[in-house]
Parts: sequence; structure tokens; C-alpha cells
Amino acid sequence: MLDRLQELHDEAMKKVADASNLQDLKDVRIAYLGKKGPITEVMKGMGKLSAEERPKVGQKANEVRESVTSYIEEKEQTFEEAALREKLKKESIDVTLPGRPITKGGRHPLTSVVETIEDVFIGMGFNVAEGPEVETDYYNFESLNLPKHHPARDMQDTFFVTTDLLLRTQTSPVQTRTMEKHKGQGPVKIICPGKVYRRDEDDATHSHQFMQIEGLVVDEGIRMSDLKGIFATFVKKYFGEEREIRLRPSFFPFTEPSAELDISCAMCNGKGCRTCKQSGWIEVLGAGMVHPNVLRMGGFDPEKYSGFAFGMGVERFAMLKYGIDDIRHFYTNDTRFLSQFTRV
Amino acid sequence: MLISYKWLKEYIDIDDLAAEQIAEKLTRSGVEVDAVTALNEGITKLVVGKVLTCVKHPEADKLNICQVDVGDEEPVQIVCGAKNVGEGQFVPVAKVGARLPSGMKIKRAKLRGEKSEGMICSLQELGLEGKTVPKKYSEGIFVFPQEMTVGEDALAPLGLDDTVLELDLTPNRADCLSMLGVAYEVAAILDRDVKVPEPAVVPKDENAGVSVKVEASGDNPYYGATIIKGVKIAESPLWLQTYLMASGVRPINNVVDVTNYVLLEYGQPLHAFDLDRFGSNEVLVRRATEGETIVTLDESERTLSGEHLVITNGEVPVALAGVMGGATSEVEEDTVNLLLEAAYFSPAPVRKASRDLGLRSDSSIRFEKGVDPNRVAEAGARAASLIQQLAGGEILAGPIEFDELNREPRQVSISLGRINQTLGTNLEVEQVEKIFGQLQFPFENKNEMFTISVPTRRQDISIEADIVEEVARLYGYDNIPTTLPNTPTTPGGLTSSQWRKRKIRRFLEGAGLHEAVSYSLTTAEKEAFFREEFANRVKVALPMSEERSTLRTTLIPHLLDALSYNKNRNSYSVQLYEMGSVFHTDEEQVTVQPDEKTYLSGALMGLWHEHSWQGEKKPVDFYVVKGIVSGILEELDVTGDVRYVSTEAPGLHPGRTASLEIDGKHVGFLGQLHPTVAKEWSLSATYVFELNLQELMALSTKNLRYQAIPKYPAMDRDIALVVDQHVEAEELSSIISEYGGTLLTKVAVFDLYEGENLAPGKKSLAFSLRYLDPEKTLTEEEVTLVHEKVLKGLEEKAGAVLRS
Ligand SMILES: [Zn+2]
Repeated sequence: MLDRLQELHDEAMKKVADASNLQDLKDVRIAYLGKKGPITEVMKGMGKLSAEERPKVGQKANEVRESVTSYIEEKEQTFEEAALREKLKKESIDVTLPGRPITKGGRHPLTSVVETIEDVFIGMGFNVAEGPEVETDYYNFESLNLPKHHPARDMQDTFFVTTDLLLRTQTSPVQTRTMEKHKGQGPVKIICPGKVYRRDEDDATHSHQFMQIEGLVVDEGIRMSDLKGIFATFVKKYFGEEREIRLRPSFFPFTEPSAELDISCAMCNGKGCRTCKQSGWIEVLGAGMVHPNVLRMGGFDPEKYSGFAFGMGVERFAMLKYGIDDIRHFYTNDTRFLSQFTRV
Repeated sequence: MLISYKWLKEYIDIDDLAAEQIAEKLTRSGVEVDAVTALNEGITKLVVGKVLTCVKHPEADKLNICQVDVGDEEPVQIVCGAKNVGEGQFVPVAKVGARLPSGMKIKRAKLRGEKSEGMICSLQELGLEGKTVPKKYSEGIFVFPQEMTVGEDALAPLGLDDTVLELDLTPNRADCLSMLGVAYEVAAILDRDVKVPEPAVVPKDENAGVSVKVEASGDNPYYGATIIKGVKIAESPLWLQTYLMASGVRPINNVVDVTNYVLLEYGQPLHAFDLDRFGSNEVLVRRATEGETIVTLDESERTLSGEHLVITNGEVPVALAGVMGGATSEVEEDTVNLLLEAAYFSPAPVRKASRDLGLRSDSSIRFEKGVDPNRVAEAGARAASLIQQLAGGEILAGPIEFDELNREPRQVSISLGRINQTLGTNLEVEQVEKIFGQLQFPFENKNEMFTISVPTRRQDISIEADIVEEVARLYGYDNIPTTLPNTPTTPGGLTSSQWRKRKIRRFLEGAGLHEAVSYSLTTAEKEAFFREEFANRVKVALPMSEERSTLRTTLIPHLLDALSYNKNRNSYSVQLYEMGSVFHTDEEQVTVQPDEKTYLSGALMGLWHEHSWQGEKKPVDFYVVKGIVSGILEELDVTGDVRYVSTEAPGLHPGRTASLEIDGKHVGFLGQLHPTVAKEWSLSATYVFELNLQELMALSTKNLRYQAIPKYPAMDRDIALVVDQHVEAEELSSIISEYGGTLLTKVAVFDLYEGENLAPGKKSLAFSLRYLDPEKTLTEEEVTLVHEKVLKGLEEKAGAVLRS
């Protein structure tokens, strides 16, 4: 019987070795290891054996089964892997086709500039203040040391609604409004972004509507040197570490002394080019020490408090930073323009 | 203000410095120089020539053939087209090989068969502006008014060897509207002296028989009339003409040129009347009467009011004080006797007249800002002596005056400590004293307390801060240290509403919308489709154009403009939003500040999502917009009962519009644009939303609290309901929520079916319900019990039956 089992084993192993697919293996399994297979048949004859022979034959039968089974499984795995490889190969795709677009909108470049500047000043302890766009003559002019017949108040520049109401020409009225809220108590540290309006014909460099950011610091012992320090910090953070600043004397009715702030030209690094009109410097904002009349009208005692104020044009900042050549682009809402700033 | 560098050198010794260096120093200390222009820029080989003969070209009527002596061995032949060329003239000649400012190079040429070797030049061809060229020469070549040396370089006699600085003056520095003022400024910067002219007038002691009377002494505290008899009007000498032209002023005749010269030199406007045409021997200065008229020098008739100041001959106005002279008493070719006016007119009446009549002159811009009271009479004397020198004549008795003018300098006191404290500097007494010296400001110093007598030429200085600025700019802004405030630090940040606006922007950005910014000024017509309730509008009093005449009350039409603009440029899928102010008012005629609200609006058209090669195209529809609006509410953490109520609104599709109501309050709308309105903008299917952001942000919001993650499993049940067409999904889901009680944690619509297999007028809506008990595992029986109640409720309240 042992010989018969060995014979069967060799036969089965050969068939497994010859099997060329999963079905052949299945057939072998059923033919040799199934309930009606030859090994089972041999086992049925075990009853006739002696007690001494019986375990030996049993053990041999198990060995044969295990050996065949393990060989079948091994081959099965090989076939399965090959089949899977075949299947996956058929599933291959063109990885060079474009990916599914993830729709993304974006902030308006003016908003981006405002938010960036807000964040720089917030980092220096400023708050953000806002005010109405339709202002009174008092807040827009008088409280800023521009009484009714002041030469610097160019009537042609203002959109009046009534003799007393107007579209604000600057964000400076927010200064007085904020100072009033502080009731003569410092410190005040604010920046005020917003829309302003002037009677200008729209062209590449002028717009009847534009955005400004006004800033104000009022406290005891604020000096002009502090203005320089705050700006040096701001300019380096916004325009880059390598930018230098310089102040030039200027005139604004609401500040005295007044200054224009220039930054070294980023295009030519101060050597002189077309952008900076060969001067190496670009004018970016107006500033100065708050005029005592303005402090007084805001409810602060100019003997005790001092401060500085500044104002900058948002469009100008955006134009400088991104090299935009026409201010009207900001207001046509052309998606070919807007979509260039989605990464900002 | 244009400053001739050559002229400036007459008052201050700056031969060691180039114009560019002075320009840089001026700019850095507060008087901005916009441009430095060398007048000889681009000109070479320009000499003085003498026209020896001049005959008509045989082949061309308009051309002349001239033989011109240019100092060479032989005269040259030049064909010249100017009408005013003539024999014996001394003229500027560009020789062969010369270059002109236009870039033109002079070559040997043949004109209609005649050779031409050079060009006789007009002033315009030499780079001067037409409006500053004397009328006599503006249509032809320039002719030297005096004998010249043939062959000499013509640049110097024409004043083209000069450099002009163009000042961009701030309104406070009216003192620099004069050569002397600029000289004082340069002197202060360089710490040098100023050479001030000292006019010597020797009046013949003769009674002129002219009287001066001023009725409005507040408007005109000083009036001086100098009578000069027997002058001869002629062309001014070259030096005077070239200084005027370099300063942008057109030479006219010797008398008028002198008044303009002194105006530029002293900053004091003057006026010369023809005494014989004055109409009387009486000068009377008064306010005009209402409706009184005057014909000014520019030949236009002006109607005056009681706020304007006039010079009269006792009867009728002969000049608009400080603004412009009258045509009737103008100095002309035949004038022999003059009344020279030097006066102080106060800023207010001059500004008023200048504004009302739209008439700005070199005179009015100076009076408006306040001239130096201590230079008025001096300027008059300077002009009188120059007129006598250039036009002859005799000066009768020294000026006949009305004089109530205050000439006292202002006193301003400031301590050294105050200066240093304001600037953040550590200046010593000596440094500050030196600066006052440079400025030529007389001062006293008592224990580091300075009292300054501000020279009256500096009308802009009246308070401490003005002195601080003078010190700072002469010390140099660059020398001020750079510090940070040594005051206590303050926490900075955004307010909650500012922060939430940023959050909404991020959300909309992520949703694929671009932010738009449009103009606030618009027309009522553009908004008429949407806003019949805002009949009252905030209008601009004097709009620049009808298109920008009133403030917007809604953002939608402006976003539609933008969609339309993009569509016309082949962008068909555009989704925009804008966050900005709208202006509402209850008043028909606005008297108080309008109600300014922040609105958040959007307009969407075309494909919301596209993935072309995979064939995916998702057009924008109502539910896209609703998803965005719901997302905004979520970003804002809005609590309260949010409802989208089907509604009709102007400009919108009557069946595809919802009003957004929170706790019963209308806070916005969303929907499809009405097709006829869309057509107005040439748009196809377009969806919009508009939210009153201010009101939305004022609603109560919830604070974020952690909620325990359920420990027990939930049980889901799906139901498909058949209901009447008109039943809304929201009605069904609120019935489900009501009957589902606390165990029901989620209801969601997952299918809508209309059509076959349903009775007419019916539709099927399928919901997915989730039941959960946070305390224990729910049993099938417990869920069934509640679920049965839900089904019963749906049937009773909405006639909904389960779809079989
Ligand atoms: Zn540059």
C-alpha cells in the first residue's frame, strides 16, 4: 500500500507540475485529494491491515496529501499573481492627461495688499479702524486743520453731496473719529483702510475712486524718530529686508512737521532706472507729526500728547509690488487680471 | 514755479554748485524740484548771423533766398520760409552740421533748385514753448532786438546757456513763488548770504494830482500808486525777455515785462494802468456791486458780486483787484503815462473772485496765499526804477498811498527741550541757534527758551510745530535717529467682524469665486431693475458724468457689468463676489449721513465645474448658489431658524428665487436673474445672491463646544415619500424632525423623482434618517416605534405616503 501511495504521489506531483492554469490545478486537487479520489480509496482498504502497519500507512497518506496540497497552493499563488499582473496591466492609464481642476477663486489684489499691511501693523500693536465713506465736512476737512477757506482745500477735488456732506477724499477722518472715542486718553494705535473718492478723470494713473490706508499713533512722548522706526520696520516687512527708507520734508495740513517717505527702488536697487525716474528712490507715502490743532479737535491735549500719522495709496502699493501699469485694471474685474492674484 | 539758474545767481553766490546739486539739496530739505532742464539740451552750432540780402525764391512764393553772414569768410545762402525774415536782421542761425532739440540735423540741401546751407531758427525750433514766445516771433524766426556780433555763439544772448529748475511747491511755501524767496531758501541750506536789490527811486517832487481812496480796508490794507509820465513803450532788452521766457512768461513790452519781472523777483504782483485811459484821477478801491461787470485783459466780460474787490476810477471798475486788470486801461503801444499799482490784497477776496470766475493768474495765486507785507512798497519802487531805466519817463511824487497794513513779524516761542522731545534728537543750543541764523530768523534765547521773530516773508510759520519743522529740515531728516516708541506696548488685532469678513473671503475663495471691486458711483437706471424700494438716493451735487452721479444701493448690477465685460472677452464661466458698502437713505433730499451698510453679493454664470476630457460639465444652478449662501451662514456660525422662502423679487426669476430669513427676519435673497433682465446685460442663465452682511453678523452666534463622539452605533432608515408637487422638501424634513424627537440625529434628502410610475401632480422625495441614543445601543423595536410615528406624522400633516 505504501508503494501505491508513493506512486499516487508521484503521479499527482507530475500533474501539478504540468498544470498550466488554475483550472488544471483544481482538476488535480479534485482527482487526487477529493473524497472520491484514489488516496481516499487506498485509505478505505486500511481496515484490512495489521495494527502495526496501519499507522505507517496513515502517516504516509497524510504526507502525500500535505506534499501535494502544498505544491498545488504554491502553484496556485504563482498563477494568481500572474493573473493579477495581467489584469492590472490592462487597467493602465495615460498619466500625462491633465488632472481634475480644483476650482479656486481669489481675493482682489487690493484686498490682498490691505490684509498684508494690516497684518504687519497688527504685529506692531495696531488695531484696525473703519469709518463711513459719506463723511461730513467737519471730519473730512475741518477736524484735520482744513477750515472752510484753507488754500490747501481744493474744492475741485471733492465730490460734495450737500454743502456739509461729501464722499471722503481721504481715510483721515477716521483719525478724528477714533480719537474722539478715546476721550483724550492714549494710547491710540490704529490703521484705517478704506475707499476714498476724488474728482479725477479716470486714466492710467488716476481714478475717481481708490483705496487708502491711514495710520495714527497718539501717546505721551511719541517722537518723530519713532515714525522713522515704525516705517523702517514696516517697509522691510512689506517690501523686503534690503529696502532702505528716507524721509523728505513735505506739507500736509494735518501734520507738522510733515514728510514724504521714499523707499529705495527695488527695480534697480537704488542705482536709478525708469521706474524711479533715475533717482533710485520711490515715493510711497506721506506722514508727519500730528498737528496740535488736530490733536485738540480729537480731544487730546497737545501739551501732554503727541503722535504721528501717515497715509498710503493701496493701488500704488499694488502697482509697485506687482508691476501693474494701469490703475483702471483694479476696477474692471477682468478675470484674466484677477486670476493672476489667486496665489497671493 | 520755474527758476532760471542764471537769474538765481544774481541773488546768491552759487557758482561752485551745479543746478542739479542745488535741486537735490532743495528737494531733500522740503522744496521739491520736479525737473532740471538745460535749455541748450540738444543744440549745437548755433550762431548769430546777419541777413545781408533777402529775395523771393523764383520758383516758390513762400520761400526767401537769403545771403547770411555767419562770421565765416563767405556769407552762406539759406532758403528761409519765414514771413518775417528781412534784410539787415540779426538772427540765430543753425549752421550746417548743427543739431536742434527736436533731434533734427542741419544738412546742405537744395530747395526747389536753390542750395541752402543752414537754417534761420524760430524760438520754438530752439526748444521754447509757443506760449512763452513773444507774439511778434511766434509765427516766424526770432530777430535780435539789438545789434549783435556776427558769428558769436547765439546760446548765451538767447539765454539758452541757462538751466531751469521746476519747483513742485507745497501750498504752504508761497514764499518760494519768488526768486528772492528761493534765494533765501538756498541761502539757508548752504548758510550763505542773499543779495537783495536796493531800488533807488528819485521822484521829481511834483504833484501828480491823483488821489487814492480805499473803502474796503480789510480787503486792501495797503495801496500805493506811483505816477510815471512820458514813457516810451518798446520791446524789452534781451536779458529781460530771456529771463521771462525761462520763467515761462511771454514778453509783451518793456512796462508789462517789468511788472512781471518784479512779480517773479519779489513775489509781489503789480499792475500798470495807462493813466490817460484810466478815466479819472481818482483811484477808489471797493467791493463790487451785485451784477457789476468788467471786461478783463483776456477780453472776456465778467459779472461780479458783492464779495469781489475791484479797483475803480471812482465810477466804474478798471481792474479786478489782485486777479486781473481791465481791458480799457491796459498799457498799449501808444501809452505814455502810467499809474503803477503796488498793493496788498487780502487772500480771501482774491480767492473768492478767482474761484467764482474761474480765473487763476500769476497774481491771484500769490495774493491768495498772502504776500509779504514788508515787500509791497519795495517791489513798487523796484518796478518804477526799472521802468524808468528801460522806458524812460519821469517818476512824479513818490507813491500816493493808503496804508493800514500790519507789518509786524510774528513772535513764536519754543524751548530746546520741546524741539528735542518732538524730534527724538539731542540738539545743543548752538546747533539750533545756527539753524535760526541760516534761516535769517531773528531770535532771543533765555535759558534755552527761544523767541523767534518770524520774517514776514514766511507767512506759513506761526506755531511751535512750524519752528520744529524748520529746525528738522535744516538739520536734515536723515540725521533724525530711528527709534521705536518707548511707550508701553499694546495688543493689536482685528475686531470680531473684521475677522469674520476675512473668514468669508477665504470661504468664497475656496468655493471658486473671485473677488470684484466696483465703483460706488453709478446711475439710478442701472439699479432700477432690482431696487424699486430705494427711490431715495444719495446723489453727488456736481457729478463729473451722469454715469457716476449717485451712490449704489445694491451691488448686483455692478457685478453683472463685470460678468458682461468678461463674457465680451470670451470668458463664459465667471463667478464673482463683492463685499462693500451700499448707501440707503430715507430722505428725498439728503441732509444727514446716509445709512451705510456692508453687503455681500455674488453673480455666477456658465459652468461651475468643468473637466472637459472626462466630459464633466456642471453648470451653475440655484442649488450651487444656495450651497454658497449656506456655507457663508456656517462660516458665520449663525444660529437661529434659517429659512429659504420661495418668493418673487424685482429682476429675478419668479419661480427660482428665495428670500433668506433668519428668525423671521429678511436678510437677503438668492435666485436666477430674470431672463429679460439677463438680456439687458447680454447674459444667459445667471444666478445671484445678495446678503446684508452687517445684519447677518449682528445675529447671535454659537461658541464652539466639543461634543462627545457617540459610543453606540446609529441606525439608518431610508424612506421614499410620494407627495403633491407643491409640497416643499423643507416642510417634510421639519415634520420628520418634529416627530423623530431626540433619537433622530440627522435627516437628509437623497433623491427627488418626478415622472413615470407616479400619479399626475405627484413627486417622490427620499430621505435618509439616522437614529441614535448616546446612552445605549438602540434596539430594532425602539427605532421602529419612533419611525412609525414619523411616518404617521408625515401622512397626517403633508399627505405623504410611502412609495411602494
Ligand atoms: Zn529704480
